[in-house]
Amino acid sequence: MMKTFIQKVLTDADYQPARLLTILRALQAEYQHIPIDAIDILADALNIPRTQIIAVVEFYSFLHLTPQGRYDILISDSITDRMQGKENLLGYLSSALKVKAGQVRDDGLVSLNNTSCTGMCDQGPAGLVNGHALTKLDRPRIDEIAALVEQQKPLGEWPPHLFAVDDNIYKAGLLLNGPIENGAAIQATYTRGINNTLEELDRAGLRGRGGAGFKTAMKWRFCAEEPSEQHFVVCNADEGEPGTFKDRVLLNSHAEQVFEGMTIAAAIIGANQGFLYLRGEYLHIFDKLQAILQQRRNAGLLGANILGQGLDFDIEIRLGAGAYICGEESALIESMEGKPGIPRNRPPYPVTSGYLNQPTVVNNVETFLAVAKIAIEGGDWFASFGTEKSAGSKILSICGDCSRPGIYEYPFGVSIEQILADCGASNVLGIQVGGPSGTFISNQEFNRQLAFEDLATGGSFIIFNNSRNILEIVQNFTHFFAHESCGFCTPCRVGTALLKKQLDKIIEGHGSAGDVVELESLCQLVKSNSHCGLGQTAANPILSTLQRYPDVYEKQLKSISYEPGFDLDGSLEIARRMAHRDDAAAHLSQVED
Amino acid sequence: MSGTINIDGQNIPFEEGQTIIEAATAAGVYIPHLCHQPGYTPHGSCKVCTVNVNGRNCSACTFPAVEGQTIVNNSAELEQDRRRMTQMLFVEGNHFCPSCEKTGNCQLQGVAYHLNMLDNHFPHFFANREMDASHPDILIDHNRCIFCNLCVRASREKDGKNVFGISGRGINKRLIINSDSGQLKDSDIDVNDCAAHICPTGAILIKRTGYQVPIGKRIYDHHDISEVALMEEREHGK
Ligand SMILES: Cc1cc2nc3c(=O)[nH]c(=O)nc-3n(C[C@H](O)[C@H](O)[C@H](O)COP(=O)(O)O)c2cc1C
Ligand code: SF4
Ligand code: FES
Repeated sequence: MMKTFIQKVLTDADYQPARLLTILRALQAEYQHIPIDAIDILADALNIPRTQIIAVVEFYSFLHLTPQGRYDILISDSITDRMQGKENLLGYLSSALKVKAGQVRDDGLVSLNNTSCTGMCDQGPAGLVNGHALTKLDRPRIDEIAALVEQQKPLGEWPPHLFAVDDNIYKAGLLLNGPIENGAAIQATYTRGINNTLEELDRAGLRGRGGAGFKTAMKWRFCAEEPSEQHFVVCNADEGEPGTFKDRVLLNSHAEQVFEGMTIAAAIIGANQGFLYLRGEYLHIFDKLQAILQQRRNAGLLGANILGQGLDFDIEIRLGAGAYICGEESALIESMEGKPGIPRNRPPYPVTSGYLNQPTVVNNVETFLAVAKIAIEGGDWFASFGTEKSAGSKILSICGDCSRPGIYEYPFGVSIEQILADCGASNVLGIQVGGPSGTFISNQEFNRQLAFEDLATGGSFIIFNNSRNILEIVQNFTHFFAHESCGFCTPCRVGTALLKKQLDKIIEGHGSAGDVVELESLCQLVKSNSHCGLGQTAANPILSTLQRYPDVYEKQLKSISYEPGFDLDGSLEIARRMAHRDDAAAHLSQVED
Repeated sequence: MSGTINIDGQNIPFEEGQTIIEAATAAGVYIPHLCHQPGYTPHGSCKVCTVNVNGRNCSACTFPAVEGQTIVNNSAELEQDRRRMTQMLFVEGNHFCPSCEKTGNCQLQGVAYHLNMLDNHFPHFFANREMDASHPDILIDHNRCIFCNLCVRASREKDGKNVFGISGRGINKRLIINSDSGQLKDSDIDVNDCAAHICPTGAILIKRTGYQVPIGKRIYDHHDISEVALMEEREHGK
């Protein structure tokens, strides 16, 4: 039975070891885990060591070595989900289904757990059931879900409103307002000439929309100049930064234009194969995207000899499986090769040695969207918007405390004040710009601008009003990074775990005089020594709030006569339980009375 | 092609393709390291070799030497960071040096001595890790593993096998064995394999060879790791 199923999955994957993640996702869906026997069969069939398979299963949150429930329910644990009452709902769901978070129910029917932000912050609290997005969770919906699970109703028969995902586009700008005609950008590229199109991208001043802001034309030129048989184009749709969901909307409603941008990249760098690396959380748009790719093949916009211009190019979608780090471009490439998402050493950079060690460009969804439009309208058109250093527009995912959370597109240079007015935010305490890896700004900074030269963002914009607790926000973000650290390098692997411990200690009221100083120096250590952007930014939530609200931290500190590194009384809990003692004398105080 | 880099004011020649640590070692300049060993593909994970290159922190074991680099290797700041990262490795696992067979020969301990590490500084994780004593000749004590990946590389690159792997994510990293049972006895490791001897700590030990050299007469009991490393590694370079 299992052998037959695995054979089919392997055949579908053409026995390519690089497609290991695809294969394992299929097994996980069928058996709710990766059976140990399957690991041996795969190791043989793909000719890879079983250690690689186990390492992959243990790396990705959505793959398991032990069986999960036939209904595996994950609840998004982003700060915005929490602000929308997620903790309460999780408790409610847990009692409705009689299963604790992190556990599988004894009958194996259902399992429940938390998961990192699922990219539905404008319509949370959100979750996933067997990988499919659930939105706008509330008690009535939870009742409905619990009943469906108990009835063992197949997912396909669940009412569609549970899975409805809205675009929520509130403000369209130069890109969202004028979607292109299918094929027009490719046609324009060939009419103008490939080199001239690259010139236009240069003139446009387009910088990557994924966060780092590298000049797109320069990246593509480097890649094009690499002498190699094969080049690859990769679209980064891993979108894991909490509070970011604009790539989900772009792929839901503007996928044609994104694929068109990728095709132009292929023409410029000389690639025959492209990939869309889609985060596992966006499984709900997978079929739709596959259908669009097929339509484009039928229309001669993908495949052999595109538009009769002699370009052979196709796009394959690769799904992730729950790992924020795979948004980092070299980790993404490792993941695409069927390995754990561990960032590579650089140099060499992906433009020289990327997928299968061939020259590869990796760009954000929005970058490709912009490329297609620039190919038609020209570089000067694009550069006439935005600021001198940040040309064009930025598409934001706005969420948190505002009346209209959703998608907003602005020319770069827009003030924070303007954005807040547009989305209906009032009584604002502060904003997390660029997600947890970005900056927390206070309500004294609303005259600042959104631009690479001031506040850069990959798109995340989370608003907090004055009822919110800064330390709770920082705690959620700090736990997120510890959970998502790939664990490759010491300062991030151990450092993010230590940051979590140290922050929790302070928040739980066990911090003493030196603890904030210690916290800050640990932040600096992790920031300046980590291998990749995750570790280098993991301390930003703490650092940017420590700088703005030192008193919030100081207030948590107790004046203690000695400085234990832990909760002394809490640590004696087991001993007390065993001795059946819970009288006052059995408790130790760390605070002088 | 070759050229010159500058480390702490000293001009050091390099050959095309050399990393910073290789050029430094050849010139007799020690840069602390744990996951690097000459002759193995650089890994760049421990970060103990962090140096400052033209104002940016880089791993000396993976970063190529490039003409004109100005590198800081010895500074109070770097030494402090390296000490802290070494302390992190100590608190992450369970290292009871006085009762460890590797004491005195352990590179983690040697680097800690070199960096003047006097305490653990950070709270311990008290990780629950196991021993694998299944193999007749080789013992694995996971408590002492620092995920340097050297055994993984040794098995793959020197022994032509694939006995080890690193699995898990974040703080849940773990060393795994390529065998049906997950135990070392069922793998195809041999006691003479490089992988059985490469471990810089006491995580992989050869059975029945313990305490042949008494404590007090071991390598780092008498020599700083910088001397030992430079001597051995220049030997290797020849
Ligand atoms: C931890 C981490 C996560 C990242 N996640 C994403 C992501 O989800 N999407 C993305 O486009 N870029 C992400 N990046 C940035 C990519 O490494 C890369 O710079 C980007 O995809 C390049 O595309 P661009 O030039 O079009 O922005 C991430 C970087 C790091 C360090
Ligand atoms: S910084 Fe963190 S995520 Fe990046 S390589 Fe190091 S451990 Fe992995
Ligand atoms: S020796 Fe360079 S990172 Fe470990």
